[in-house]
Amino acid sequence: MTEPAITPELVAKHNLTPEEYQHAVAILGRTPSYTELGIFSVMWSEHCSYKNTKPLLKTFPTKSPKILVGAGEENAGIIDIGDGIAIAFKIESHNHPSAVEPFQGATTGVGGIVRDIFTMGARPVCAVNSLRFGPITANGESDLSNSKAEIANNRRLFAGVVSGIAHYGNCFGIPTVAGEVYFDKTYQGNPLVNAFCLGVLRHEQITRGAARGVGNPVFYVGPATGRDGLAGAAFASQDLTEESSEQQRGAVQVGDPFMEKLVCEACLELLATGAVAGMQDMGAAGLTCSTCEMAARAGTGIEIELDKVPQRAAKMSSYELMLSESQERMLIVVHKGREEEVKRIFDKWDLPWAEIGIITDTGHMKVRHGGKLVVDIPAKKIADESPVYHREGVEPAYLKDVRAFRLDGIPDSQSPISDLLKLLAWPSIASKNWVYRQYDHQVRDGSVVLPGSDAAVIRIKTDSLPVMTADLAARVAGTPVPEKLIAMTVDCNGGYVYLDPYEGAKIAVAEACRNLACSGALPLGATDNLNMPSPLKPELFWQIKESVRGLAEGCQAFNAPVTGGNCSLYNQNPAGPIDPTPTISVVGLIEKLEHVTTQWFKDEGDAIILLGDAVDQADPIFGLGGSAYLQVVHGRKNGSPPRCDLEVAKTLHTTLIGLIQSGLVKSAHDCSEGGLAVALAESCISQLIARETPRLIGATVDLSRVAADVSPLHTNSGEDQSRLTNKAVRLDALLFGETQSRIVITCKALDAVKVVERAKLMGVPAVQIGKVGGDQLTVKTVAGEFAAPLTELYDAWWNSIARAMA
Amino acid sequence: MNFAVLQFPASNCDQDAVHAVRHFGHSARLVWHKDASLGDTDCVIVPGGFSYGDYLRCGAIARFSPVMQAVKQFADNGGLVIGICNGFQVLTESHLLPGALIRNRDLQFHCENIFLKTATNDSPFTSKIPAGKILRVPIAHGEGCYFADEETLAKLKANNQILWQYCDQDGNLTDSANPNGALLNIAGICNEKRNVAGLMPHPERACEPLLGSADGKWIFESIFAALKNKTVAQAA
Repeated sequence: MTEPAITPELVAKHNLTPEEYQHAVAILGRTPSYTELGIFSVMWSEHCSYKNTKPLLKTFPTKSPKILVGAGEENAGIIDIGDGIAIAFKIESHNHPSAVEPFQGATTGVGGIVRDIFTMGARPVCAVNSLRFGPITANGESDLSNSKAEIANNRRLFAGVVSGIAHYGNCFGIPTVAGEVYFDKTYQGNPLVNAFCLGVLRHEQITRGAARGVGNPVFYVGPATGRDGLAGAAFASQDLTEESSEQQRGAVQVGDPFMEKLVCEACLELLATGAVAGMQDMGAAGLTCSTCEMAARAGTGIEIELDKVPQRAAKMSSYELMLSESQERMLIVVHKGREEEVKRIFDKWDLPWAEIGIITDTGHMKVRHGGKLVVDIPAKKIADESPVYHREGVEPAYLKDVRAFRLDGIPDSQSPISDLLKLLAWPSIASKNWVYRQYDHQVRDGSVVLPGSDAAVIRIKTDSLPVMTADLAARVAGTPVPEKLIAMTVDCNGGYVYLDPYEGAKIAVAEACRNLACSGALPLGATDNLNMPSPLKPELFWQIKESVRGLAEGCQAFNAPVTGGNCSLYNQNPAGPIDPTPTISVVGLIEKLEHVTTQWFKDEGDAIILLGDAVDQADPIFGLGGSAYLQVVHGRKNGSPPRCDLEVAKTLHTTLIGLIQSGLVKSAHDCSEGGLAVALAESCISQLIARETPRLIGATVDLSRVAADVSPLHTNSGEDQSRLTNKAVRLDALLFGETQSRIVITCKALDAVKVVERAKLMGVPAVQIGKVGGDQLTVKTVAGEFAAPLTELYDAWWNSIARAMA
Repeated sequence: MNFAVLQFPASNCDQDAVHAVRHFGHSARLVWHKDASLGDTDCVIVPGGFSYGDYLRCGAIARFSPVMQAVKQFADNGGLVIGICNGFQVLTESHLLPGALIRNRDLQFHCENIFLKTATNDSPFTSKIPAGKILRVPIAHGEGCYFADEETLAKLKANNQILWQYCDQDGNLTDSANPNGALLNIAGICNEKRNVAGLMPHPERACEPLLGSADGKWIFESIFAALKNKTVAQAA
């Protein structure tokens, strides 16, 4: 087979700049072959090399005594959770493939992250996801309205991604326990699909993706290689264009959860033999990335023979074989002399396997095909000497208008009930039961708090852990492992980040940690997914840089070191860039089962207490900047987002955890999108007993004392409106403002005084605002009293997405 | 008592079933799908999952596995067999139970808690469920809509083979309480000899209060009691 000649056009087609190409030539000391050019192209794509973001990622806090495997070392980070047990977790995006083919894009997103986890030697025990789509309804977005065809397409992408995640996770047998979904025009045509997986293992079971031991054989295991997903990593590092969907469909991989299940079980069984020297999944850039990275990590060389690779299609070229992203494949380095164990176990699981190469001391990655040497690249150099760009950011001009935004001319809420109903029905706020009901969220017998509360909680039991080697089993025999409770959540309000990347990113971390605190958990660590537009435009790079600064400060403040993550750049559609969306997933530990706390109100007569300031009076727009209320009721996505003081947030979380650990808290729910009114409503309506059986419990709340300066509900048109502006807190700000660091908790009526006093002692503003009971939500303000029947609130919140998707 | 929990390549509730049995102090072990013998076994659990990837039809390939030939023989000899979710599908495909499980009527996978009414206490799988007790147990399936022809349904009713039906929290067999469109709200049945049962809900996921419900234990307690009676009868 003749390979094309290397021309500047061919180099450009491979997304390599002339300078990058020259560097490749320098590394090789000659012109690369066509296959080698392909290898440089994928290894130096943003997806594999982080060339545009590396300098920023270095600013993340990544150290803690509990970190066993840190950021960037391996396929996923690992954190000690005590008693010899550890957790491995990571989040990864599959945005571009999902835009082109939503079902397969999402399945392979789940498959890839699950593989990253069992590659570490861990048993995957739960999955989480974070999704973004264009609007699926036209309601309440008067000036953000979309054409019918666009809404239909957004629904198609949403339904396709959800069923892809369901298909893969359900069949593999991993519970999808939490997630978040936002709908906004900015994601139209460029949905975001971020998949998170968490696994458990003993410290001794940590497996490295290093090609250790010169002379050790290299095995390929898993299904045969085909032409699917050719150079997907390079595809993921380009702008999406109108033509993308047609041209790039071949770059989308096809997932098979059945294969993944077999590969996972076989790999964990093989690890328990002790025969494995190193293991790595073939994810982005398939054979290329796995061989290069494994050799680079160990400082060894690797030689493989492509003729031995199981192949699904006839006459595949070396270029295709090296760059294919066929799914569910693993590369395993086995201790010499233990080959039979690989064969026995993979035969047992009826999986293809092939011994394709050997570890060498040359430091080179050498590939032979048809008797010829087709690739000869210094492994460490291509992996470590990828280009790094220190880009300059320029503050975008739109932020001037954002900061100048004031509420003058925006009428206060005229009908709080109807506004509340609109907010509850808004798909970004509405219950996501239509989504998570399609995911098996209980398989593996560990789901303690199901989707629908602030954070998911799972228990880790002894039989959740991977099978041990005989040696290890003998060593730990007789040492019981106490059950562990792990909480996790994923958060990011991209709208906030667009309006202020630094504050918005801090808010994402603060909200994730607040969700954990509400569940009774203290953060252990975090994994981030930077979903960003093109880094090549200084205004957009500035958004990336500021987002990272916010994330880094947030993670530092809450002692949640980043253990790894993913960057997805070039997220834009023909209409423009997406809102910068630095998704953050934080994982925490709950000490005791009795500390597990859920968001819904529990018993009639319980006291409702607001922790935190009702309204940030120092904010000129009182927490309404970027709020759901402004978007839904007034069609405005504008204004600086609420300020996020990390010290205040941290004190709030520690105080809440203290109260929970003292056994005083019966429910805790954070205030986020939709503000206090939505948080109260959700606390009344979000407990689900069973299918079609919610438990609705009302509340009577008096806010007239917490912010006395509220404007009257109905001002006569003749009255002077200016009297109400300036320092007066508006009714909409009180009810729907999104002032940060607020949590609604309940406790026994008898404990109310104690709880308020203790919170105040810790420096957290606290006030009893009402009590639980009745069949409606009644809220009294100085502007008047309003009440909404729970059934109406519930219907708006619970059924709105199902109605849109019917 | 010894439970054999079958392990097909993509069984994924196999370990949960083992965990539940052990939680109640009995012994359980996995039996590989290629094994032609069940060994020393008092009761077989055909667990949930996707057996062979559920290609072709759920449970259609599992029917031909070596271990299912052993299960058929075990059942023919009167051994207790219970299929949960995919296990129920495998048992209908194997003709150990009548009828079929087809796509849920809304064509979506459903994972949620449902309420179950026990239609009869006259079976080894239901004898210990307190009279009138409505069980709250999770389901997780895409193909759980029980379907059978009129004749089969009439036989099921006449022989008292319907064990569990989807109901609301007050025990009414309503249409909205039915998550998948199953005929007669059927969630689980047994064979004529009453030693083989299948159900779509997952009792093994509802055996500990921390998981939200411990109602599944009543089904396990019934099985334990039946096995104990059997042992006593055999000893006597």
